[in-house]
Amino acid sequence: MINELLFMNGYEIYVLSAFSFTLLSFTVLYLVTKIQFVKEKNKFVAKFGSLNTEKANSAKSQRINKEILANTTSN
Amino acid sequence: MFKFFQPNKIFQITSKAPKYILFLFIVVLSIGLTEALILSPEDYKQSDAVRIMYVHVPSAWISLGVFSAITFLSISGFIFKNKIFFLISKSLAPSGFVFNIIALVTGSIWGRPTWGTWWAWDARITSMLILALFYAMYLISWRIYENEEKVFKISTIVTIFGIINVPIIKYSVDWWNTLHQPASINILSKSSIHSSMLFPLLIMTAAFTLFSLLIFLMKYNTEMIKIKNKGLDRL
Repeated sequence: MINELLFMNGYEIYVLSAFSFTLLSFTVLYLVTKIQFVKEKNKFVAKFGSLNTEKANSAKSQRINKEILANTTSN
Repeated sequence: MFKFFQPNKIFQITSKAPKYILFLFIVVLSIGLTEALILSPEDYKQSDAVRIMYVHVPSAWISLGVFSAITFLSISGFIFKNKIFFLISKSLAPSGFVFNIIALVTGSIWGRPTWGTWWAWDARITSMLILALFYAMYLISWRIYENEEKVFKISTIVTIFGIINVPIIKYSVDWWNTLHQPASINILSKSSIHSSMLFPLLIMTAAFTLFSLLIFLMKYNTEMIKIKNKGLDRL
């Protein structure tokens, strides 16, 4: 049974390489997208931190800015 | 009508959704892989090589679907002068492109044991390669043009030319004598695929769709934060 699953009648190289390529592409795309996201968010937090109180309050009044800051710890 | 497409409202959903979608994707993918690699039967002609279908076919479907959506959104963005449509299409493109590449590579791997060759300049395969080029042009246009109006125009033109290729991909196997087999699944008529193979195929399609949605949401959130970063610079 295990032999049948592993050797797939001699097609294991083709089947497993196709599945591996797919999963590898998924991992790379996910990581690249995640890194870009974290980079932008860190940039936002750093910029927000450098604002004076008045500007920070004005920026905080926008709903999206509030969401980004709220999600900083959860993502 | 476009109240729903306000960035504030969309961001409220998209900022929270990725973690749930990722969890759902892992669950559905695990079921799909078990079905595709272990439980589904081998084909009477292609033997176990048929299992490649479970990654090849959903990838091809999604890459075609995403390109059609990008075209529709770009044209809508142009007609209704709504930037958010362009932002959504830009965020959809990376996953569509990667699925297109997966379809080409896994198709090539599948071709070796079934046709005896890695590549053939047949109508279906060549038109899929052309779609990948249109995806690349679309993504490059966003990278090279700084001017917003210009990038909206150029990227929409790329999608309009690219969409002409989509029906060619779909009907290439009917219009020409191709090495690629005709469609086994038909929405309007009876499918020739057995339910024991159709079920894992649909599960894998659901998993790949969830992955595409996940990447879209992450990319969309990144684009929104980029815009907000520019906003902070102006304060």
